[in-house]
Amino acid sequence: MRNGFAVFFAVVVALGGSWLGFVVAPTVQLGKAKQALILNSTDTWPQQRTGEATLGLQVYRANGCAACHTEQIRQDGVAAEVTLIALNKTKPEDFKAFVQSLFILPELAKVTNTLAATLNGWKGDLPTTILVTDDKAVADAMSDRLKAAGVKSETHIVATGEDIPRWGIRRSVAADFLYDFPVQLGNLRVGPDLADVGARLPDANWQLQHLYAPTLSVTNSAMPSFKFLFDVRKIGSAPSPDALNLPKQFAPADGYEVVPKLEAKELVAYLLSLRADAPLYEAPFSPITSAKP
Amino acid sequence: MNSAENNLVSAAKIDASCRVPLLALFGGAALWLVVGLLLAVLASLTFHAPEMFAHCPFATYGHLAPAANDLLVYGFAIPAGLGVLLWIFARLSQAELVLPLIPVVAANLWHLGVFIGLATILCGGSSGFTWLEFPRAAAMLLGVSFVLIAFSAVATFGQRKARELYPAHWFLLAALLWFPWIYSTANLFLVTTWPVRGVTQAIINWWFADNLIFVWLALVGVGVAFYFLPKIAGRPLHSRFYALFAFWTLILFGTWIGIPQGAPVPAWLPTTNAFASLLLVIPLIAIAVIVFKTVWGAPTVCKGGPFCYLRFGMTAFILSGLMLIASACPEHARTVEFTWFGQAQTQLQILGFFAIVIFGAIYEILPRLLDGGLPFPKFVRVQHWFFMLGTLLLVGSLAFAGVKQGRAAYDPAAAIMGLRIATMGWTFFLFGSLLFAVNIFVMTIRWKLALAKTVIAYIKSPLETSEVKP
Ligand code: HEC
Repeated sequence: MRNGFAVFFAVVVALGGSWLGFVVAPTVQLGKAKQALILNSTDTWPQQRTGEATLGLQVYRANGCAACHTEQIRQDGVAAEVTLIALNKTKPEDFKAFVQSLFILPELAKVTNTLAATLNGWKGDLPTTILVTDDKAVADAMSDRLKAAGVKSETHIVATGEDIPRWGIRRSVAADFLYDFPVQLGNLRVGPDLADVGARLPDANWQLQHLYAPTLSVTNSAMPSFKFLFDVRKIGSAPSPDALNLPKQFAPADGYEVVPKLEAKELVAYLLSLRADAPLYEAPFSPITSAKP
Repeated sequence: MNSAENNLVSAAKIDASCRVPLLALFGGAALWLVVGLLLAVLASLTFHAPEMFAHCPFATYGHLAPAANDLLVYGFAIPAGLGVLLWIFARLSQAELVLPLIPVVAANLWHLGVFIGLATILCGGSSGFTWLEFPRAAAMLLGVSFVLIAFSAVATFGQRKARELYPAHWFLLAALLWFPWIYSTANLFLVTTWPVRGVTQAIINWWFADNLIFVWLALVGVGVAFYFLPKIAGRPLHSRFYALFAFWTLILFGTWIGIPQGAPVPAWLPTTNAFASLLLVIPLIAIAVIVFKTVWGAPTVCKGGPFCYLRFGMTAFILSGLMLIASACPEHARTVEFTWFGQAQTQLQILGFFAIVIFGAIYEILPRLLDGGLPFPKFVRVQHWFFMLGTLLLVGSLAFAGVKQGRAAYDPAAAIMGLRIATMGWTFFLFGSLLFAVNIFVMTIRWKLALAKTVIAYIKSPLETSEVKP
């Protein structure tokens, strides 16, 4: 290492490698990314956010929400789920006995234990999920048998993982963020992931109340309150239609009302526009309408 | 390396040439460190009383936390590191600092940039990218000042009498090259009107974060330690070959880290990341061996002085590297990813490793800059204790919070206990940094008074005949 220039050159190559790999390559690879097609449909994903929601992203950025929230749902894999819809003429006990008779089948050998456990606690309520497996062939075999026995069942593809389904129904994919700037994926989950919060908590009033006083919706919430995004003002000739509906201990003094500022409305529009709920080729699932309340 | 010391006149001259630039860099760094830690304490109060700043947009958590982090890195770590670097380069070259006025101007521009950045974040103007929150104007000031300081450093390097490069040279030169590279790339791609599309933004942001916090701080911190450890321990670095090996493996593997597992990006990125982090164990072992063999059994007693700082800091570095590896290997990644564990590693790297190593170096350098040395030499030892306890409390409690949170499926309540203890850790750091600030400000004021006295004496004194004579 006597020759300064040789060292300099080698350092440039070593460091430049990571620059080419982690900066230039993704820029080229993702630079031409287009909208994705939604599975079994001709619609494209994602749609451009509305103007209000796009402004809301700037409010989200300005207030540093990303310091506590991520917008990336992770997924371990997919599973096939067999759901019993209708028993038709079969009685629940007979159905149980029928399923037990299937346990000798070699193609179901892998799942007999879980099947037995599921059916054990089952009282005949419908619809019910009787089998979840990561092997599509097993699920198909099961649904064929059920069909032959004359009961109605459906097979769905569902995403699995720790974040699913509580924060979203599939993983986040690059396409979800195609139009965003700045992309706020985040690094730390002090609070829940927000990638699908618009589908999960679609009530704008709930969102406004939560921003105004998080402890109102969630006891002992550690989320800071964002009262500065709201105006407390004297009620004029008539109460504002925007005014928050607050319980007593959170309400302002008599004759006053809490009205969201423009920023708060934009922020909520952005939150409600956060959805990761379209099935895509790279993140497939079969839509289940009843999974959400 | 020691010939400069033997030649006392020249060593004193070199130190004198570094005086003003270093005081400018260290003084600002001390101020930002105190302010940054204060903001960090305030931010962590959110977890005691979330309603606290409900009416104050400036002090909402989402402003305080990034502002505090930026002050620790841009306000303190980088200028302090550059100051130490300038001194080391001058000493290794056995030459006075070239163009000392340039780093003085650059230091002031730098601190102005940090001030603009801080004000912008608190007013909600952050760019929204981690470690790049500063607006364009501030980023430009920082970039220009860095290049100016690097220019003075490289010019001083060019003055060296011996052609031979020392291990410290490799690390520090690479750092001088790498910061402008990553900082300009990240700012040009992200903090602009024409950003890259979609998740590429996040990828570049992660790449930058890793290269700034892990690689850049490691290059400077380890380079500085490799200069001072042998000097203080009174024996050569063990060994040059290991150091070379550690250097290359560090820049080859360390620079490919930062992408979380399961992020919505092309799958080869997280895979590369996991692979590179496993390989990172190689430079870590090499560095651990070097430090251990150089330090172990050395006759030096540390007594809370620079030697203690350096030893503790290097241990923290190894730990921080191991934590990085642990959080990247696929099995553990799922438990600790997106939890406070990552923050624990970051703070261990910035405060436990970098700040402590740099303080070791600063306390070695400061007494030589001015006659009379430190105004309060006892503070050095006290600060060492504050920083050590602060590291244990802060990093320990954040890591604990992270693991608990990961086990409890990100239940926000699981982390609260750890976060409240962390406040104490921040406070310890704050006290420690106040001691440093007092020392350096009293020192600067004394020096300015002395300067003023000489100037006044000079003006008052009658013209001496000797001055007129040729
Ligand atoms: C100090 C960290 C912190 C910051 C900053 C923060 N949050 Fe939260 N957030 C939390 C925590 C903790 C929860 C969970 C408790 C709760 O629901 O109140 C939460 C919950 C939420 C929820 C409800 C999600 C759910 O699934 O229940 C939404 C929506 C939300 N935050 C939006 C925001 C927005 C918008 C911002 C920025 C203006 C923000 N948060 C800033 C910590 C934070």
